[in-house]
Parts: sequence; structure tokens; C-alpha cells
Amino acid sequence: MFAYLVRRLLLMLVTLFGISVVIFVLLRIVPGNIVDILFAAAGYVDPADKANLEKELGIDQPMIVQYWHWISGFLRGDFGYSYVSEKPALQEILPRIPITAKLAGLALLFSASIGIPLGVISAVKQGTRLDYALRVVSLSGLSLPSFWLGLLILTAAVAMFGQIPIFNPNPKTWLEAFATYAIPAAAVGFRSAALTMRITRSSMLEVLRQDYIRTARAKGASETAVNYQHALKNAILPVITVIGIEAAFLIGGLIVTETVFNIPGVARFLVEAIRWRDYPIVQNLVMLIAVVVVVANFTVDMLYAVFDPRIRYTD
Amino acid sequence: MRSVWALAAMAALSVLTASTTTLAGEPKQGGVLRMYHRDSPANASILEGATYSVNVPFMGVFNNLVIYDQHIAQNSPDTLRPELAESWSWSSDNKKLTFKLRQGVKWHDGKPFTSADVKCTFDLLMGKSQQKLRQNPRKAWYSEVDEITTNGDFEVSFDLKRPQPSLLAMLASGYTPVYPCHVSPADMRTHPIGTGPFKFVEFKANESIKLTRNPDYWKKGLPHLDGIEYTIITNRSTAILAFVAGKFDMTFPTHITIPLLKDIKSQAPNATCVVEPTNVSTNIIVNSTSAPFDNIDIRRAVALALDRKAFVDILFEGQADIGGTMLPPPQGIWGMPKDKLETIPGYGPDVKANREEAKKLMQKAGYGPDKHLAVKVSTRNLAEYRDPAVILIDQLKNIYIDGELDVVETANWFPKVARKDYMLGLNLTGNSVDDPDQSFYENYSCGSERNYTNYCNKEIEKLFDAQSQEIDISKRKPLVWEIDKKLQEDVARPIIFHARAGTCWQPYVKGVTIMSNSSYNGFRFEDVWLDK
Repeated sequence: MFAYLVRRLLLMLVTLFGISVVIFVLLRIVPGNIVDILFAAAGYVDPADKANLEKELGIDQPMIVQYWHWISGFLRGDFGYSYVSEKPALQEILPRIPITAKLAGLALLFSASIGIPLGVISAVKQGTRLDYALRVVSLSGLSLPSFWLGLLILTAAVAMFGQIPIFNPNPKTWLEAFATYAIPAAAVGFRSAALTMRITRSSMLEVLRQDYIRTARAKGASETAVNYQHALKNAILPVITVIGIEAAFLIGGLIVTETVFNIPGVARFLVEAIRWRDYPIVQNLVMLIAVVVVVANFTVDMLYAVFDPRIRYTD
Repeated sequence: MRSVWALAAMAALSVLTASTTTLAGEPKQGGVLRMYHRDSPANASILEGATYSVNVPFMGVFNNLVIYDQHIAQNSPDTLRPELAESWSWSSDNKKLTFKLRQGVKWHDGKPFTSADVKCTFDLLMGKSQQKLRQNPRKAWYSEVDEITTNGDFEVSFDLKRPQPSLLAMLASGYTPVYPCHVSPADMRTHPIGTGPFKFVEFKANESIKLTRNPDYWKKGLPHLDGIEYTIITNRSTAILAFVAGKFDMTFPTHITIPLLKDIKSQAPNATCVVEPTNVSTNIIVNSTSAPFDNIDIRRAVALALDRKAFVDILFEGQADIGGTMLPPPQGIWGMPKDKLETIPGYGPDVKANREEAKKLMQKAGYGPDKHLAVKVSTRNLAEYRDPAVILIDQLKNIYIDGELDVVETANWFPKVARKDYMLGLNLTGNSVDDPDQSFYENYSCGSERNYTNYCNKEIEKLFDAQSQEIDISKRKPLVWEIDKKLQEDVARPIIFHARAGTCWQPYVKGVTIMSNSSYNGFRFEDVWLDK
């Protein structure tokens, strides 16, 4: 188990190094930098002003120097200054993280708490009207883009209640606070819940046909015990994998949802920073997200080991 | 007796009604104006900005030397009003403009405003000061200013190389606030200090901009509002729904397209909405430095192929304007009258005849039904660019030109145009002041940074200078029309249309005037009030 842990940790560090290089290079491959954008927006270029600005921001330096400057700063916790706001990058990023974390957490919670039970029900009731209805719901969840669903929710809220559940930084009631996160979380988590449900269903169907399930029933175990203690426990591994992958994919959905619901989280902030080629923000933020995703994957791998002792033994 | 009482009661009622009406018209103090902002500006420095995304939220922080009357929609030389200057006067040779400055004005940090601040501001704009602006997009406005001189703390003069009456127009633009000497340009980007009706509180990128009432504002009793809060909402649908739901008192100025305006009116019937020209023209830039558009016949054919009315009908449901370089009347001060405009090739009402002529020119250049000219129509990846570009491609098919849309990301648009890496482009040109000097020199002068097509005509340059020095507006206008006509005939940058856009506010918002010939100058908001 220790060797497994060390190997996974080393792999994690190599992955993070690779990601840092990819982030850095990709950002430089994308045409234009902040200076180009500033002058493009102004509709003119003064070569002297442009050169001065590039020098001031340090983007006139060789790539390798820029990379070292960034990565050594990142490791020291010095994220530099945003090119746009001229404030410390960390000061810009940190307040936005809890907002997105809450939203992502709620979306995942929504996804798991809706997707897993409905998946189990759908599998247990295979071929019934309920199963068909749930499959239609899950299919629609996979088909509806989250931005469209978000706009639909906003439009319906305005038309029906005369209220719009967009982000409110200072909610006055618990209902407002709940709406601030729960509604967008549901909009973004719906797709994820649908996927979780389908995976749970197919995994459960496979497990429910196993001999040990028949044995459990023959021994007189209740249906609930069979479904949730024997079947689900063995069917949950692919579901955990999917939820782990969804956690990473969620960032993509959050970008759109944060824009539609006007939530000042890191996902929307990242898109704006990319638009401005605000390297200190983009590099550090993507690197932070990469760390979260890599650590999440590492945790999932460790959970595998917890849920499936065979993994520990084989390693 | 009963009728006497009835008359008395009616009289009393009418007095009461009259007094109520008066009271309802009296501005009320207090309240925070809530508005959404269409995007997150790069910074808070108006002098470094080149978009009204900076002007709208930050114009209220500052004052100018002179300003266009904030309650007359059409900016014109007649609507110039003194602001930090109490008065101004021209020397007899019209080469010296002297301002008497207001006394007792304080910056938001308590320091006194003096003529040194004016000198600092304009030295900064002319690139003569020690400190530098990171970007200085309007340096060319002051190319005829030789020197700024002060005479004591409350008098300042602009010494010009030659007469230029337009200087006052440019000084009155929302783009020309006076900055304090004692605050660096870098600090002005993050925490602007002004003398205006509102003090800067905070700017959270992608979130919000907050201003609060300046209690020491030199105009006593103003502003009426306690503050202004801009919530940055980049998604237009969300922003409009939020306005409809009453989350905002006002939309971002001139942000509503004509089709969306219908939605707002149906969902919020009590809202007040106005549609005004933005003084932004949609035009074609043609790369005349290389084949095939180095051939004037092909350039003329493109200009003749345009059905401008179709653009206006499709994109604006008929609510946009057709004109030359200058915004057409009645909102535009300098635009050509319709009868003159229609004498320009391609502007006549008979589109079919124009296109027949265009086809002949194309055939003369070697193209025809069997040999089409393939071109890439480049444009920015923004809806207001893409949509007309698609219509343009469709119209060019009529004259044997097969266009292919080349959508360019914003960051690459200007560099691409500057290095002439395009054949035909669809472009938008915004004019911050309805003034010929600003438009002609900026967009058509030889060597100008924004002269994307490198159009250069020495004869027209002379006319630019002639109109620029003409003091008498009635004599200047025909000169301007002649230049504008010539620019269109030369296919320097064929103008397709001048856009209009809507602004809406809730019925309790009072004192808002949306400018009808500029999107950059009307956002001081000092006497806006909320009737709540």
C-alpha cells in the first residue's frame, strides 16, 4: 500500500509539472498578449508605448525566464500582480474560490443525491413505466446545455414570480442565500445528476444479476438490504469514477452557469482573464485548478483502495 | 350658495393639484442608482480608455474644463457649458484659448484644484510630462496645441499652432476630464480622484463598480443621488431579465438592440425607453495596397453593390441612419443633407441600377458570371460585426464577388488590419465627438494610426485643414460636406449605416438624457434623481 501511495504521489508531481508547462506554452501560443488587446481595444498602436508596456509587464523577456519567474513564484506562494487590475493576483483569486467551491460542492451534492438513488430505483424497477420516465429525465439532463437551462430558469422566475435569482452578495433572508447557490447548482448539476443516474443504473443492473445477490435474497435479506447494502456497494466504483471526472468537467459547466447567473466565481473570472491574456491570473488559477483536479483524482484512487481491497493487495 | 362652495372646493383642489405636480417635479435627494454594466473595463482611467465602458461609470467622478449640456441630447457648439472653467475666450487671431478657472474647487482627497492640474493633464495627454499614460489613444487630438501656459492659479491658456475651433468640442468630451497633478497615472487606473459629483469607492473586476456622493461637490445641492452602483453582467439576456425584474433602475446606456427593445417594452411596459444614434458607423475597409482591390473599379463596384436600406431593415428594423462619414442630420450636426447624399454613387435609391453599374465595372476588371472574384471578408468575432458582414457577403454575390467570412478574434483584429493582412473587412468606427476634426484626421489623414486603409489624398488633407480653421459654422459645413462626399466617392472607407441603440430606465428615474450624437459625453449623472 505504501509503495502504491508513493508511486501515485510521484505521478501526481510529474503530472503537475507537465501541466504547468502546457499552461505556460498554450497561453503563449494563443495569438496576442495583454498589450495587443489593450491597443486593439483602443484601435491604435504606438510602438514606443507598446514596448514600454511590454517591458513594464515583463512579457518582453525570454520564455524560459518568464516560466522560471512564474513557477518559482507559484511554489513560494507569490502569484504576482494581475495585468488588468494591477492588484496582487492572489488577492483577486482567493475571494472567488469559496464562491465557486460552494457552487461546485452543491452541484456535486445535487448530482450524487439525485443521481444515485434514482439510478438504483431505475435499475430495480427495470422495464417499468417509472424506469422509462426516469430514463427520459436523464436523457433530457444530458441533452440540455446548462446555459440554456439556466436562462430558462431565469426567464421562468421573472415571468412567474417577478424575481430573478441571480447572485446576491448580501442576501437578507436564508431563502435568498439558498437561491443564490442552490438554483445555479441545480442548473449545472442536472447534467451531472443525469449522467450519475445512468451510470448507477447500468452498474446496478450488472451487479443485480450476480450470484451473490441471488444468494443474499435466498438467505432472506430484505430488498432494501439487497439493493443498497449488497448491490450498490459493489456497483458504486464506476459511479465514484464518474463523479470524480465530473468534478473536473464541472469547471466547464460552471463557466457558463456563473456567467448566466452572474456569479463572481473563479470560473467566469478565468474566462475574463483568458480574454485579457492576464497571464498571472490565468497561469496561477489554472495551476490551482489542476492541483485540485489531480488531488481529486488521487483521492478517488485512494477511495478505490478503500472500497476495493483487491486494489491494495494487487499493488 | 352651494355653487359658491363647489367653486371654492374646485379652486382648492386645483391649487392642491398644482402644488402636488410641482412637488412631484422637484428633485428628491437620496437613493442609489443601480445600473448593470455590459463588461468589466480594463481600468478606471478615462484618459487611457478607448471605450465608453470606462466613460459611463467614471465620468461622474470628474469634471472637464467645459462640458456639453447634460440635458440637451444633441451635442453642438451651442450646447457647450463651462464646468471647471468659469468662462473662456479666444484671442483675436484665434490661436489662443484662455480659460478662467473656478475657485474653491477641491479634489476628492481634499487638495485644491488649480491651473497646475489643467496643465498637468494636458501635458500628460500631449506626452510632454515626466509621467506617462500607459496608453494615450487621443494624443492626436492635441496635435495643434503648442503649449499650455498658466497665469496664476486660476487661469490657463492653450496656445495653438493655428486656429482650431474644434478644440473646444474635444475638451467637452467625456473623454477629456481634468486629472489631479498629485495622483500618478497608475493610481488613476485603480483609484481615480476627481472633482466630480461622485467619489470612487471600489472597482471589483467582473463584479461591480461603486461610487458615492461627493458631499463637498462645488455645485451646491448636487448630486441628488447618494451613489451609483454598477453590477457587471456580461450576459445581455441575464442583464435585461434583471432590469425587467426590477433589480436595476437603468440599463447600460445604448446597450439595447432594437429587437430586444420590443421584449423589454412588452415585459416592463412602464419602463421609459429611448432609441438614439450612437455615432458609430459600420463601414467597409478595403485593402487597396494589393490586388484585386488596388483596382479602383473593383472598389467602386463594392460601394455600388450596397443596399444600405436592406442592412438597416434587417438589423435595426428600419431604425438606423444612412449617411456618409459624419453622422447624418437631424441628430448629426455635420452630416450631409439627404439631397446631397443621394448624388454620391451607390447612395441613390435605385439599387438595381447601381448594381448594374457595379457589374459593368467588374466586367471591365475581368470578372463576370463565369469568373467570380473570391474574397475573404474579415471581421471581428462580435455580433455587431459578424451580422452585417454576413449581409455584405450576400449582397456582393450580386456583382460576381464570392465572399467568405473570416472571423477574427478581438485580440487579433487590429494587428491583422494594421499589417494589411486582409482583403475586405467589415469594421465599426466610433466617434466620441460629433466633430469633423476628430473624424477626418483620425480616420482619413495620411499616416494616422486609425487610418486602417492607408487612404492618403494630399488634396483632401488641404481641405481637412481648411475646414478645421474655419470659425464660421455656416461656412464650415459646406466644406465638411464636400470632404465627406469626396471620401465616399474615393471609396476611402464606404459607410454602410450609422447604428442606433436603446436605453431604458424605470419610471421613477428622473433627469436622464441620452445624447443623440455621441455615446461618450452624457454620463455626469449629477442631477439624476429617484422619484421614490
